[in-house]
Order: sequence, then structure tokens, then C-alpha cells
Amino acid sequence: MTVVPGAVNAARTAAMVRGMERKIPLWTRVRRDKVLLAMIIPGFLYFAVFQWLPLLGNVIAFLDYQPYLGFVDSAWVGFANFAEVFGDPTFYEAVSNTLVITVLQLVLFFPVPIALALLINSVMSTALRRFVQSVVYLPHFIGWVLLVSIFTQLLGPLGVLPHVLQALGLPAFSATTTPEFFPFLMAIETIWKDAGWGTIIFLAALANINGELLEAAAMDGAGKWRRTWHVYLPGIMPVIILLLILQVGQILSVGFEQIILQRDAVGPAAAEVLDTWVYYHGIQDGAWGPAAAVGLVKGFVGFALVLGSNKLAHLVGQDGIYRA
Amino acid sequence: MTATMRTAPTTTPPTGPRRLRRPGTRRHDPRRHSARPVWDEEPGAAGKAGKALLLALICFLATYPMIAVLATSLSSQREIAAKNGLVLWPGHPTLAAYRQILSGGVVTDALLRSVGITVVGTLASVVFTVLMAYGLSRPRVVGGRFWLLTVLCTMFFSAGIIPNFLVVSALGLRGHYAAVILPTLISAFNLVVVRSFFMGLPRELFEAARIDGAGDLRILWTIVLPLSKAVIAVIALFYGVAYWNSFFTAMLYLDMDQWPLSMILRQYVLLGQPVADDAGLSAELSAPTQAIQMAVVVISLVPILLVYPLLQRYFTKGVITGAVKG
Repeated sequence: MTVVPGAVNAARTAAMVRGMERKIPLWTRVRRDKVLLAMIIPGFLYFAVFQWLPLLGNVIAFLDYQPYLGFVDSAWVGFANFAEVFGDPTFYEAVSNTLVITVLQLVLFFPVPIALALLINSVMSTALRRFVQSVVYLPHFIGWVLLVSIFTQLLGPLGVLPHVLQALGLPAFSATTTPEFFPFLMAIETIWKDAGWGTIIFLAALANINGELLEAAAMDGAGKWRRTWHVYLPGIMPVIILLLILQVGQILSVGFEQIILQRDAVGPAAAEVLDTWVYYHGIQDGAWGPAAAVGLVKGFVGFALVLGSNKLAHLVGQDGIYRA
Repeated sequence: MTATMRTAPTTTPPTGPRRLRRPGTRRHDPRRHSARPVWDEEPGAAGKAGKALLLALICFLATYPMIAVLATSLSSQREIAAKNGLVLWPGHPTLAAYRQILSGGVVTDALLRSVGITVVGTLASVVFTVLMAYGLSRPRVVGGRFWLLTVLCTMFFSAGIIPNFLVVSALGLRGHYAAVILPTLISAFNLVVVRSFFMGLPRELFEAARIDGAGDLRILWTIVLPLSKAVIAVIALFYGVAYWNSFFTAMLYLDMDQWPLSMILRQYVLLGQPVADDAGLSAELSAPTQAIQMAVVVISLVPILLVYPLLQRYFTKGVITGAVKG
């Protein structure tokens, strides 16, 4: 059998190989691949125990779970936990806080990496472009504890910002302890941390744009801005749509560590989100069933949102994540 | 042209004006820093200045918070108070804060624990990720699609906080350092990155090695790994930074005398509280001063800042973009 280059032939070869493989007895194949299997199994065990097994743990959403009784002996309560959750006003508060924070983040954060990528892409000097990339990627590696510590030092009540405002004769304002400002603070922090890192995927997409399109546009008299609008942006639109879908799927998830570190500074009325609600009700207060119920609802809604927005992308003529 | 010469003289080579270059002969003149295509118009002086200013501002915003923290940590408490917390440049730099927290006690212990968790965790994660990625990158392996699907599905949903907590508790891992390593041992994303890199290696290499009688372990060790240094460096950085920064798993599963640096950071800086210490060091039982708080921040920051420059070139060269695109 010769190896013919080309995707179609490669696919055909792979299909042929699979057909031939099926004729070999399973045990012979296992013995033949024993080294490869020994490499795969430890990793598989990790995914089984720490990713798949917990999915089964969601069953406690339907139990009156008591840790000393365990899964088997805790009483089955059907949808009572869900009823309790949907009758709890703090749950709706958490939903609305979550939506306010994520929607604001979507509006404020999402365009920044695109604009930044267009700016970096327009830098012609390779050395300068690499330097700017190195600098803007760095904050991505600062963990949330560190980041929140730094921002508290800068914007907190004892920090730099109040003193600067005072020196300018403006009213004192503490960005980290004002509940009304909390969603904006979350957005600012996220932008600082991840806007630079977010450019990676857009820069890759921009680099793939056919240069002849740009040249033809320039020949036709399109200036830099018109080329950006009519060539660059349409060129990266599939990536933009893809990321937008993923973001919409995450609309019930805010950075858990980010919020839990700053929740106490403004109080739960402004900062309780779904994930922290689950943490405080479940792990802190022992209301395991209701907490797991919220986690389950959140998971399902998130999954439905991904499917829905993917469908929407198909309707407007984009590929989205997948095409069924 | 003259305007360009004035604003950016280094971009114009002294030998011969580039205008005389015939179109289509050579787009990338090695003497030019700029790779601007011939059809693209040179921006005006104002445009260049504006862009330079914007880039400088972005770089400043990205780095200033870290510089401010460093400056504060090097200042005495009196200077911080006198300057209202806004220390741009310490007038009398002092290492007093560092001397205090690094002379044994809570922070020193936590620092060592963090280093331990990060080193052990990163090693374990990289080893198991590379092994599994190699196994899954080989065509025809038994159950290949099944193994791969169990990994890929976990990228789209996760069980949630409560079930994960229950599993870790049921395994009896609470109070063990394994509890901050095992639950995040392999990242599906990193696994996919490494696997697609391995799959991109020329298959002739594997066939030649196989004809020479090499087994899979030998192929992995002598052929694949030397060719994959860049991608392994990148995932090692991802894992290492995640372990170094991890605080929620430590908060859930570890006792106070097992806390890593991130938890001390939270206690000192965000809660402004001292950490109870068995040795009873009086200095640490009082509320930490601002300089000490910022010194702890800087100590947490330094390892990241030390490792990052060694590895950032892989990002700018696009090692991971291939995987990000899918």
C-alpha cells in the first residue's frame, strides 16, 4: 500500500486501515498495543475519576443528601430541592447578579481583543510587534489572588486611586468597596488580565487573510480604514462568531475565583453569583441538595445556550462550533 | 518621505532610498525592519505618532500595576504613609519587608510549600499529558476513538463544584497535598494541543524508527520529545502557573498549616489579617503592614516574571495557535 499525499486519499487510507483492523482479533490488538495502552490508561483513569465520576455525583440534586448517610441511604426527594431553590429570593438575586456581570463583561471585554489585535497586526516592525505581544500577554499569567491583591492596592480604600482623586479635588471613591461599581470592576479586571491574551486567536486569523484581497482593495483605492472594515473584519468574522458563541454558553459562569475573592468587600447583595451561591449554600452551610440542583440547572442552561447560539450562527450563515 | 525620515530614522536604511526598488523585485528587503507590502501606503507622521503613543499607553497599563506593587514593597512604612500609598519610586529603598517575611515563619513555609506543589504538580501533569497525548496520537491504537471522546467531552461540560468536592472527599484526599494536584492533573486543552502537535510530525520518522526496531517508548523518548521541546515548554508553563496560582483547591482541601502562598496572600492582603503561627512570632501576629503585604505580592509575582521571558517567544511565534484554531 503506497501513501498518497492529499487529504481525500489520507481519509480513504484511514478508512481502509480501520476496516483491516476490524479483522484482527481484539486480544491480539490489545497485546500489540500494550505499551500505548499503558500510556493512555493512567490519563484515562484521571478523566474517569475526576471528570466523569463527579457527573454521577449530580444525583444528590434529587436527594436529601446527608454526608454521614452517603449516596445510597440519603432519602430520595425528587424535585423538592429544585422547588426549594426556585422559592428562594437569594437565588434570583444570584441569577441577576450573574447576568449583569457577564453581560457587562461581554459588552465591555469582547471588542477589546479584536481592536487590540487589529492594532498589533498593523505594526509592521516584527521586533516591535513581538515586544508588544510579550507585554500584553503577561497579565494572563497573574493568578486571581495576585491580581485582586494588586488591584486592591491600587483602587482600594487605602490605595492609590482615592489619593489621586483627592489630589485632583474630586470626591473620594473606592472602586473595590462600592457595590454599584462591582460589575464594572469585574470587567476592568478581566480586561486587564485577558484582553492581551485574547488577541492570540485573532492575530492568527488576521495572519491567514489572503494578501491578494488586501492588495486588490488597495488598488481599488480603499484606504487603511476601509480595508480594515471590508477585508480584515470579514476575514476574522468566523472566529469572532465562534468566540461569541462560546461566550454566550458561559453567560451563567463568571470567574469564580475572581468573585469569591472580592465578594466580602461589597457584600453578597451585589456580588453573589450562581457559583458562589452554590459554594456558600453547599460547602459552607451543608445544603448539599439545593446547591447541586443549582449547579445542574446552570450546566443544562449553559449547554442549551451553546446549542441555541450555534443554531443562530447557522441562520446568519456562519459555521459556528460545529455543523450537524 | 522626509517626514518619515524625521520621525523614524532607523526604519530607513542609509544605503540608497528604497523608493528606487523596482516593484515586485523584493518585498522583504532584509535591511528594512518593516515588512510593509508595496501597495500599502506609509502612514503619515501624525498616524505614526498616534499609534506609537497608543502602544506605549497599552504597555504602560499592562505593566504599571506590577511596578507600583514592587515600588511599594521596597519602601518603608513611613514613606508609604507620607506619600499616601502612591509610591512611584522608593526614595530610600529598603529590603526590610523582605527580610522580615523571609526570615522563617509563615510566609517562608508557605513559599516552600508552593514551590513544592508547583514542581511536583507540573512534573506529574506534563508526564501524564505527554504519555496520553502520544498514545492517542498513534493511529490504529485499540479503542482510540473511545479514549479520545472521553477526553473531548469534558471540554464542553463539567460536573460543578459540589460533586467534585464530594468525589475528592470520598477519596479521602482532604488534608493531603495530592488534593491540590490530582483533581487538575490533566487539562483536556493541553492534551489536545500536544496530541495535535505529535500528529503533525512527519510519519516517515515513525516508520523509519519502527523499521530500525524501536518501540513506542523509545520513539517517544529519542525522536518525538526532542522535536517537541517548544510545545512541552508551553504546556509546562500553563500547568506551572496554574499550580502556582491555585488557591480555591487549597482553600477547599488543605488545612491552615498546609496553606500555599496564595492562601497567605489572601489572608494578608485581602482580609488584612495575620496568620496564626505556632512559633508565635510577634511581628507576624500583628496586622501586616502595607510594605509587607506588597512584599508577599511581589514574592508571588517573581517566579512568574522569571519564567515568562524564557517562554513568551513561543506564544508570539504561534506555537499554540494551531491548536486554538482546532
